[in-house]
Amino acid sequence: MHNLAFDIAHLLAGGLVLISFMMLYQDRLYALLNIFAAHAVVLALSVAWQAFIQNAPHLYVTAVIALVFKAIIIPVALHRIVKQLGIHRDIETAVGIGPTMLAGMGLVALSMVLMLRVTGAADPLAREDLAFALSVVLLGLLVMVTRRNAVSQVVGFMSLENGLVLAATGAKGMPLVVEISVAFSILIAFIVIGVFLFRIRERFDTVDVGALDEFRGERR
Amino acid sequence: MNAASDAVAWILLIPICAAAVLAALPGYRLTAGLNILASFSTFLAALSLLVIARPQPGQYLLVDDLNIVFIVLNTFVGLTTSVFSASYIAHELETGRLTPRYLRFYHAMYQVMMFGMNLAFVSNNIGLMWVAIEIATLTTVLMVGIYRTHAALEAAWKYFILGSVGIALALFGTILVYMAALPVIGEGQDAMVWTVLVSRAATFDPALLNVAFIFLLLGYGTKVGLAPLHAWLPDAHAEGPTPISAVLSGLLLNVALYAVLRFKILLAANPDAISPGPLMVTMGLTSLLFAAFMLYRRRDIKRLFAYSSIEHMGIIVFAFGMGGPLANFAGLLHMVMHSLTKSGIFYAVGHIAQVKGTQRIANIRGLTETHPALGWGLVIGVVAIAGLPPLGIFMSEFLIVSSTFARQPLLAIPLVFGLLLAFGALVLRLTSLAFGEPRGSAAPAEASYLPMFAHFALVLTAGIYLPGPLVVWFQHVANLLG
Repeated sequence: MHNLAFDIAHLLAGGLVLISFMMLYQDRLYALLNIFAAHAVVLALSVAWQAFIQNAPHLYVTAVIALVFKAIIIPVALHRIVKQLGIHRDIETAVGIGPTMLAGMGLVALSMVLMLRVTGAADPLAREDLAFALSVVLLGLLVMVTRRNAVSQVVGFMSLENGLVLAATGAKGMPLVVEISVAFSILIAFIVIGVFLFRIRERFDTVDVGALDEFRGERR
Repeated sequence: MNAASDAVAWILLIPICAAAVLAALPGYRLTAGLNILASFSTFLAALSLLVIARPQPGQYLLVDDLNIVFIVLNTFVGLTTSVFSASYIAHELETGRLTPRYLRFYHAMYQVMMFGMNLAFVSNNIGLMWVAIEIATLTTVLMVGIYRTHAALEAAWKYFILGSVGIALALFGTILVYMAALPVIGEGQDAMVWTVLVSRAATFDPALLNVAFIFLLLGYGTKVGLAPLHAWLPDAHAEGPTPISAVLSGLLLNVALYAVLRFKILLAANPDAISPGPLMVTMGLTSLLFAAFMLYRRRDIKRLFAYSSIEHMGIIVFAFGMGGPLANFAGLLHMVMHSLTKSGIFYAVGHIAQVKGTQRIANIRGLTETHPALGWGLVIGVVAIAGLPPLGIFMSEFLIVSSTFARQPLLAIPLVFGLLLAFGALVLRLTSLAFGEPRGSAAPAEASYLPMFAHFALVLTAGIYLPGPLVVWFQHVANLLG
């Protein structure tokens, strides 16, 4: 039974890393959002599995938050924003797909080498979980730096945060995990609202918020 | 004991209740007054911590010699900034840059931010501390973007993204600390309580602690504004309301620094872990030198002083990285002096920018002639921040430099070079700002000079005479920091 528990946790965490990789080469915003929803679903499954094997019912709350908030509400909201901003067709990556994938592999290798080496004493389940989590975090960072579009940066940040939730749930009995995941959800809600309210498109390269104010007659 | 836990509760309750009330109340005079009142009572509650007996460290809250210094400083600058903010915001309302609706929001956020910072200082739980710092960050992000101009939104977005990445790295570090504590302390709440962690850190797995510290240093270091993770700082300072620049420089950077210091103590308690010193010294020196060079190319007065904040945070982190009683003492003193001086400067700069209607350095000249109080206030402030005697920063910088010369003469060379470079840039800008042919509007300023001169008076007093008990206190804290 223990082995099965370990294998499933391993499978789910590994799946998360794989989906992070899939994010790296998406060149359409809708596709990116769909992949992110899949990311959140796998995270929810992984957290629920951890809740089950650790006998930690409070972690189910985190799993439900991941499923409802990150896999449904946020992607749907971002879909609508993308549509309203009329940017569903473009997504430019600052770096080409090939170098990005290579960099991603490098980051995963780095996190494996680093985490497996330093956590020799820890329990193997937590250990591998942590290594996968760091990979997801670093891949999220990579998504953030290779995209110029505000929406895809937000997606990168959210996948990064999924990695953190994975790490926090993998650490056995860590207190405040639920609180932290709620805090993060609030943070993300703020970002999404911000993107929506201020029509942040491409790190402000093209969007003219001043013109918008003028249009609404708020300019002094 | 009971009174003490009450005092801690007041420090947290007053701001959060005030925030709720301020969010609901209309009217500028009333809310600005209430804001000052709330900040004042928080300051009193913080002062009371100095005299009454400390509460026992609990699972969530802790008061010790280290954080009292931070709390008192935090609430004091919070108070003076609320006084400054009252007159600053009045002007912003007149010119229509802020609408009454946003004003309510502004005051509520101000108090939530004070709550977040105070909570970060008193928390004994590394998870709670992380949440508190996140609250403080989030509120400042909202306030930086409050003018909703193109530049303000861009600054807020940049701050937000970089701050979130920093905060994410810090959380990963926090989780790693928990993982390191897990085999020794066992599952549950205790493995995140700072006092418990420190008392048993000697038996933690050093390798895990090392990695954790690197994440924490990078994560919280982003918020301290250490190069190369500082990119958010100048924008956030320049585009937000000036009271927010004052609290950002004077307080929020300290909050993050405090978190780094806590984890440094934790790491120092483990004999096998790497020493955090060299890492901090490197980051500190990089920030100092980088900011010193950047100071020369500034065109915007608030950006100029934002880079000066990076420079000084670099010096402080350098001092704490050197470690030892003398350098820690100097670092602590420098931190207090920098908070007071820099927020004082921002009070002056805020009024100057309002009077002149611009933040461009080239369009501001001859301030001492048109606005003697503001002009000379700025002169005192810049003289202080540049590290000239007899003001307080001279003393702390002197201590840092002399202790570095005594222990690591080679490190002292880049340190002194950076200090001189920054000094040159600041004096260069000051002469054009304060003296020469006046340029720009000469309309009288409706300014509140009290907060500014109160800060400078404190800095001057500290430079000439530090009271004995304070010295003893700081020495004690310096020993704690190892």
